[in-house]
Amino acid sequence: MAETDSGHERLRQPPACQFYLDHAATTPVVPEAIAAISEELAQVGNPSSLHNAGRRARRVVEEAREQVAEACRARPSEVIFTSGGTEADNLAVKGLYWAQQAEDPRRRRVLATAVEHHAVLDSVEWLAGHEGAEPGWLPVDGTGLLTADALREQIGADPGSVALISVMWANNEVGTVQPIADLAAVAHEHGIPFHTDAVQAAGQLPVGFAGSGADALTVTGHKLGGPVGAGALLLARGTLPVPVLHGGGQESDIRSGTLDAAAIRGFATAFQLAVKRRDDEAARLAALSGDLIGRVQAAVPDAVLNGPPPGPGRLPGNAHFSFPGCEGDALLMLLDAKGIACSTGSACTAGVAQPSHVLLAMGADEPRARGSLRFSLGHSSTRADVEAVGAVIAEVVDRARRAGRA
Amino acid sequence: MRRMRVLAAMSGGVDSAVAAARAADAGHEVTGVHLALSANPQSYRSGARGCCTLEDARDARRAADVIGIPFYVWDLAERFHQDVVSDFVAEYARGRTPNPCLRCNEKIKFAAVLDRAVALGFDAVCTGHHARLVDGALHRSPDRGKDQSYVLAVLTGGQLARALFPLGDSTKDQVRAEAAARGLAVADKPDSHDVCFIPDGDTRSFLARALGAAPGPIVDTGGAVVGRHDGAYGFTVGQRKGLRVGTPAPDGKPRYVLDIEPVSGTVTIGPAEELDVMRIVAERPVWTGRPAPAGPVECQVQLRAHGDVHPAVAEPGGGELRISLARPARGVATGQAAVLYDGDRVLGSATISAATGGPLARPARRGPAA
Repeated sequence: MAETDSGHERLRQPPACQFYLDHAATTPVVPEAIAAISEELAQVGNPSSLHNAGRRARRVVEEAREQVAEACRARPSEVIFTSGGTEADNLAVKGLYWAQQAEDPRRRRVLATAVEHHAVLDSVEWLAGHEGAEPGWLPVDGTGLLTADALREQIGADPGSVALISVMWANNEVGTVQPIADLAAVAHEHGIPFHTDAVQAAGQLPVGFAGSGADALTVTGHKLGGPVGAGALLLARGTLPVPVLHGGGQESDIRSGTLDAAAIRGFATAFQLAVKRRDDEAARLAALSGDLIGRVQAAVPDAVLNGPPPGPGRLPGNAHFSFPGCEGDALLMLLDAKGIACSTGSACTAGVAQPSHVLLAMGADEPRARGSLRFSLGHSSTRADVEAVGAVIAEVVDRARRAGRA
Repeated sequence: MRRMRVLAAMSGGVDSAVAAARAADAGHEVTGVHLALSANPQSYRSGARGCCTLEDARDARRAADVIGIPFYVWDLAERFHQDVVSDFVAEYARGRTPNPCLRCNEKIKFAAVLDRAVALGFDAVCTGHHARLVDGALHRSPDRGKDQSYVLAVLTGGQLARALFPLGDSTKDQVRAEAAARGLAVADKPDSHDVCFIPDGDTRSFLARALGAAPGPIVDTGGAVVGRHDGAYGFTVGQRKGLRVGTPAPDGKPRYVLDIEPVSGTVTIGPAEELDVMRIVAERPVWTGRPAPAGPVECQVQLRAHGDVHPAVAEPGGGELRISLARPARGVATGQAAVLYDGDRVLGSATISAATGGPLARPARRGPAA
């Protein structure tokens, strides 16, 4: 045992999962991004420094800014680099609320769908608890969709009291794609700033900032083949959030903090590739997830596919089910033991799964919300992944049902 | 030895970590599970301690990492609240003094968790309890100071058949040394005391919040009112401190809680001698892994966790156990378990429902003539 005392070699677990179907949580970094990051990590230079080394690093960041802008059809000056999606969402929601408040204290209402990621939900809740904001939760239908009419109804008779509207481009749990251009148009009828969290959509769907009409848009690197730790908030000209992070004045004084040139370069490289491969990849993933859905429903006839039907209204790699009589965490554990990685798709407290707020907002009851499982496919997914799930899902659901009754 | 699929309950403490490691070393296929027992887990930053903190979940996870086993958190907050916390409060409301660890073993670890584990395909549940299983029979740990056979004595033979106590032959010091040698960061983590769901250790305030104020009289053995209290649930038979009685005893000797009458909220206090108990009635007997004996059993009985053992004769009948002690025991509280031993071997247990100084026929501890 002497040699193994360090603990590192003593792994009894399989070294890695064999079948990774949790790309919506994070997806493997593409080799091109790894190469770019590695090359950049070997360099010295703070992008804010004035000397040659600094200018070199700054050039890397600015080239990345142009690539990111091109990838989502925005202007380079509209790209504000952040540490990722959560920071960008916080900056958008809090920063734009504060900016609106400064202009007109009557603008207290913040409208967001009830199926937003917690980075938006909890930012809104925080504003309500600390800054006097009034949250307005926008209702979604049984597939997770918000309609322009429902948004109009919520804005109601008093659009002048609305500070901000935030609607995610595509849902991380059930894959619902929102009609962002229609919704942003409704917001603009009333002069209300519109933010969209496009973390799941970017790289999978044609996400165009200019065409969408959104004033602010969140993207992050690690969902599209880049590293964790780099993302961006796109801000249309004239949209100026109050900063959350103060300091050296980087990123036009909107987001202070030394720029992580290596991660930003990896993010931009991956984003560019994802967009280049997007159409082929989306078709490939749609076929794979269609196959997965067919296999699961054949093996477990009472499995319920949550979210919209497969097609343009759904993220191509998303397959989300409720298995009646099962606990999602039991299913996850049994699949994990078979080398299959997936997700219950819900937030955690000390690792404890809460029933998904997304499914509850879609009208599911608590057992259905608790008994749900998300499979999400991505660039490294193959037919073998889908077949592996198909081969064991009946047995796993059967076991989890017995445990559910225990 | 048969290679089993073992679910190791990992609290985040040193004992359960070493137990899981030993089960894995023995060749079993071990999966670590931390039981989340509080709906609102606290962190040390908020001043909490006990076994329900986020840090404990993290410690358990890190131990599983070092051992090299898969790890999950199971949410049992609802079951724990129903079966342990509510029971704890209800028992105090009845004037009893419950043992929540025992109830947790009976209803959570070796019931809710075990049932779920078996349904999921596991063969056994492994814990870090200090107790030995010898041919399926529960025995004391060789470390008498840490022995936990008392809080396991409520388990049936069926439950014990699916239990694994890998620390059975070890002392706590050995366990800590082994944890350090294995590189487990919890090696020097302090032992947990107190009731895990009362992180500040203030049981009386916890009960006051749960049950509200229920003022009542404190009387002496003659029936004279000598004080008032805010709730009879704040007292335990045998308690001396915190009586806050203004009038001293006529003989100047210390006085103890002798009896708690929950309906009127009357707490009776008196001299130490009045605490002497010779006969005990206990309900819901469990015979650990053996059929109920037909007649009286000579044994040694333990009446609280880490309490003394008393030579006794226990006689089952009518769903109860009547226990006669060879010499008086002091401060016997209803609601505690009476655990029967034959040497180190656990024979069974039952919940104390009545304790008297004299023959069982006499219903009250003492009358005006006493």
